[in-house]
Amino acid sequence: MNLTLAEVAAWIVIVALNAYVLFGGADFGGGVWDLLASGPRRQQQRDLVAHAIGPIWEANHVWLIVVVVMLFVCFPPAFAAFGTVLHIPLSLMLIGIVLRGSAFVFRSYSYGPRSEQRRWGQTFAVSSLITPAVLGMCVGAVVSGHVGAAMKAVDSGTAGFAATYVLPWISPFTIAVGAMAVALLSFLAATYLTIEAAADRALQDDFRNRALGAAVAAMALAIIALVLGAETGVMARLIRPGWATLVLAGSAVAAVTSAVSLLQRRFQLARVAAGAWVTLVLWGWVLAQFPLIIPPDLTINAAAAPNRTLAETMAVLAGGAVVLIPSLWYLLRVFKGRSSLVGSR
Amino acid sequence: MSEITAAMPDLLAARSQMAMSLGFHIVFAVVGIGLPALMVIAEWRWTRTGDAVYLDLAKRWSKGAAILFAVGAVSGTVLSFELGLLWPGFMRFAGSIIGMPFSLEGFAFFTEAIFLGIYLYGWDRVSRGAHLFAGIVVAVSGVLSGIFVVIANAWMNTPAGFDMVAGKAVNVRPFMAMANAAAFSETLHMTLAAYAGTGLTVAGIHAVALLRGNRSAFHRLALGIALSLGAPAAILQPLSGDVSARSVAVHQPAKLAALEAHFETQRGAPFHIGGWPDVDERETRWAIRIPRALSLLAFHDPNAEVKGLDTVPRDEWPPVAIVHIAFQIMVALGTIMALVSVWALWRWWRGRAIDAVVDDRRLLRTLALVTPMGFLAIEAGWTVTEVGRQPWVIHGVLRTADAVTPMPGLVVPFLIFTLLYVLLGAIVVYLLRQQFIRAPTR
Repeated sequence: MNLTLAEVAAWIVIVALNAYVLFGGADFGGGVWDLLASGPRRQQQRDLVAHAIGPIWEANHVWLIVVVVMLFVCFPPAFAAFGTVLHIPLSLMLIGIVLRGSAFVFRSYSYGPRSEQRRWGQTFAVSSLITPAVLGMCVGAVVSGHVGAAMKAVDSGTAGFAATYVLPWISPFTIAVGAMAVALLSFLAATYLTIEAAADRALQDDFRNRALGAAVAAMALAIIALVLGAETGVMARLIRPGWATLVLAGSAVAAVTSAVSLLQRRFQLARVAAGAWVTLVLWGWVLAQFPLIIPPDLTINAAAAPNRTLAETMAVLAGGAVVLIPSLWYLLRVFKGRSSLVGSR
Repeated sequence: MSEITAAMPDLLAARSQMAMSLGFHIVFAVVGIGLPALMVIAEWRWTRTGDAVYLDLAKRWSKGAAILFAVGAVSGTVLSFELGLLWPGFMRFAGSIIGMPFSLEGFAFFTEAIFLGIYLYGWDRVSRGAHLFAGIVVAVSGVLSGIFVVIANAWMNTPAGFDMVAGKAVNVRPFMAMANAAAFSETLHMTLAAYAGTGLTVAGIHAVALLRGNRSAFHRLALGIALSLGAPAAILQPLSGDVSARSVAVHQPAKLAALEAHFETQRGAPFHIGGWPDVDERETRWAIRIPRALSLLAFHDPNAEVKGLDTVPRDEWPPVAIVHIAFQIMVALGTIMALVSVWALWRWWRGRAIDAVVDDRRLLRTLALVTPMGFLAIEAGWTVTEVGRQPWVIHGVLRTADAVTPMPGLVVPFLIFTLLYVLLGAIVVYLLRQQFIRAPTR
């Protein structure tokens, strides 16, 4: 495969998005489990979530900034189109991001009464649910080709308000994708949390059961999304034989592997398989959509910045990675190294 | 929809939302630059002296930093999205040209977030040396983040690194875009502003506690550290302001004319203090005029010609009154901060100990009055540079009106985000007061 510089840049954006989903996404999933905390160990569940994401959520959040910046540097027309047509859901997502992050630190650093801390806890939990749901809906809107169509209407000056700014992202298909995103990230978080909870068998079981439940929900929603989106070009390519189909099949294997290893209490394996599942879902979408950046017809190459910008940005990325990767490794070693190795069986 | 839009035109709503978002974020961004420096100085003093008060200070400031940094991170995310949500026309044109400083800022911010996590949560997990190192990385990457973002803003004032051919940017050279004419003066001015603002605000807060009779070592040492960061920066700031003014005089004469309310081109131009610019009559009323001072300040020559607004087509004038008044506020506050800083450092040096400052109640009261001034000056300064660039989003290249999103009803997101930020601001103040009220009294 002969890749253009623009396509390489697009792959880098997807790698960053993948990192955001695996790290930042799991932090949102953790918030969902705060919302759904129940049973006799409700408080321990919430404390474990807070303990797990406290030191790392801000660093994990920066992956989103990397995605956004890469998008607007390397693919300015695509970024402009997303910002225009998806103005409303992206604003909702931003409100979710603002409330999630601030409510989390407010709860951590408040000396106020318990009721006050509880209120911030609820804000944190609800916004953790809304943000990935809306982001999933935005992805669904792009996949379905409605964003591309609406952008053409804007450019030709024939845009009605609802048809351009509302309907592209609200449909049964986008809602299914949004729900699937929430279920997948909740599953991912619960699987990670089984390892964080290694010292407390009962708490570990709580998250094991939650992970299994979320896995079943995610599988069901994935099938619903496939069916609802079958007539869109991108989803059709997922079903027809090809690279994307192979990746889709791989994601099904990873899904089953993660569920079975959770049942067998092999939590390290479950974590790897869970990460693989989520990653393969993402790459299945990307491969099915390639070489389009906005279906139905805007290609990665057509939306790309000049080659000099792409080349210089990649040089900066390479230089930045030299600082970033050891730093991230150090962060995770300090906060996740010990606890993730103890009592995983 | 039409009734809503009638309440506030879309362009004005978009500008208001952007201004409000920037005005909110800048406070947290500035603290994110200044406060880590204070923490690191305190922790470094602790490793040198073993005095537990320094450790207490570092920990308490770091709790404030945790709250403020989180709000800064999320409000910064809002801004990066708003570039596309509100100004897709700007991003389509400029994304590939000024993406470079944003990419670099992304890395600096990433490094900052990683090491802040280690700093805040790693007191018992890493060695003392590694912990102090993490603090230093946070402080340095905070400064770098700010510098990169301000470079992008400088490019909007003095665009470079591309050629215009038939209304399109071609031959794009991202690194050349970073090396634009205003980059040095703007980044210097903003970095000093961040240190002066944070330093003197923290000094003022501890001065209030000392005035209330809480003369604990905690507040005395805190005052010393805060002054040692804020006062030198505040004293240097007028010099950097001079560098900025001369850059604006050369590259953005319309902005200089607006901030000085200078309507007619003339040699030996006077400097206006105060006054109200009457745009229709093209004159500035009730101002104190210092003869030849503007020529002297802008070009270091009392007889130099300073271009007035008369050299600029009427439809390319920025809102003169806002820019002029904001500029006056910035200069006045900056001057007061510099003078009070000289006073405080002089007392400190004469008395050989911070207690000389602590025992001077008049000085403490003045420092308490100065508390909000740095941040007010920063808000005023950004008003000068942003409103002063209007009607352009990219000076001389792209008008703000041509960059705005076609989506109607923008007053709605403006009101929602304003409400959200008012709420957040109130909660942050409440939480910081909690932190402060619990400060030790020994």
